[in-house]
Amino acid sequence: MAKIIGGIGTSHVPSIGKAYDMGQQDEPDWKPVFDAYKPVQKWLAQLKPDVAIVVYNDHGSSMFFDKYPTFAIGAADTYPIGDEGWGPRPLPDVPGNPDFSWHLAEELVYNEFDMTVCQELLVEHGFLVPMNLCFPHEPSWPVKTVPIAVNVIQHPLPTALRCYKLGQAIRQAVEACEDDLRVVIFGTGGMSHQLNGTRFGHLNTKFDNDFLDKIESDPLALTELTHQEIMEEAGAEAVELIMWLTMRGALSDNLTRVHRNYYAPMTTGMGLIALEETA
Amino acid sequence: MAAQRDKSRTIPGTTVFDGAESRKGYRINKFAMSFTKPENREAFTADEEVYMESWKLSDQERQFLRDRDYRGLIEECGGNIYMIMKLGTCTGHGLYHVGAQLRGQTFEDFMATRNAAGAR
Ligand SMILES: [Fe+2]
Repeated sequence: MAKIIGGIGTSHVPSIGKAYDMGQQDEPDWKPVFDAYKPVQKWLAQLKPDVAIVVYNDHGSSMFFDKYPTFAIGAADTYPIGDEGWGPRPLPDVPGNPDFSWHLAEELVYNEFDMTVCQELLVEHGFLVPMNLCFPHEPSWPVKTVPIAVNVIQHPLPTALRCYKLGQAIRQAVEACEDDLRVVIFGTGGMSHQLNGTRFGHLNTKFDNDFLDKIESDPLALTELTHQEIMEEAGAEAVELIMWLTMRGALSDNLTRVHRNYYAPMTTGMGLIALEETA
Repeated sequence: MAAQRDKSRTIPGTTVFDGAESRKGYRINKFAMSFTKPENREAFTADEEVYMESWKLSDQERQFLRDRDYRGLIEECGGNIYMIMKLGTCTGHGLYHVGAQLRGQTFEDFMATRNAAGAR
């Protein structure tokens, strides 16, 4: 039986990808970001997952507002690196597991989560920055992936509770798979940030740290947050945090925290939490 | 079911990208999305006016683009920040340039408000 063995909540700030590609990992203001992921890389290397389910949002790489799905799932052999407007990043294409994706899609849809199934999908910073920070990837990635894209950029968005329930349904779907797959799940995006208006650059460190506490110990409290409350407190773009609830919904309550970090150097609260299922 | 948005409670200095914004900004956002293809970036760089004409942008959109007025594109034309960012390779203006403009500050003044501005 396939099972979920761990979950990771992480920001997916695009500038991290650029800094990585330019080799700035040891520059003083960047070092805290890259160092924070080292324990998580080590943990994942020991855990040896077969599949990473990555819950993220497309920021206009493979999807546009002509048809922007609320929930979508990738079901491709390979996910090529998208061009976000500045050329594709120099990363190897990311392998998929289409059999497992279709299995998840079938379970989720019959469980009343009506996913859009994508057989062609370019992946981008929302997906790649977490992957790039958590896994070695030269010459190739050590895990297969299932991208799950959530609309967190064009309101109306799914509710926080709905995202959490999607995670619960993902757990059931994983456990209904007869293959012996070890699965980790990523919830990505956030934390506090706002990229429009005169409030551009708004940060709320207290909100972010409280979210990090509760994602571990009291996720149901977070499912009660409305989009309005998240935006007022933590900035318009902080609503991405509802994707962390999908990750958390897919975990049990028997968890060990492996690592946690927070750093807010520029315009985004960069959070990280790694949770392992206690066997 | 709790309402997810309270439209009577506007958030100061904030635009929420919803259906109204997305309808208003559809053309400028689709134009900006075209910058995910290198041939379109090259076409814009070769002749901005010809490229804007090929998308039948409004006079206001064209003028904001000529002026590199991102506040206008976002706050008045419905531009989505993630789409508008795609113009950056051609304009040379990254997120923090756009952000400083949105806040009505110089780039240097804006950067001085950050905790660790080397992580840019
Ligand atoms: Fe994002």
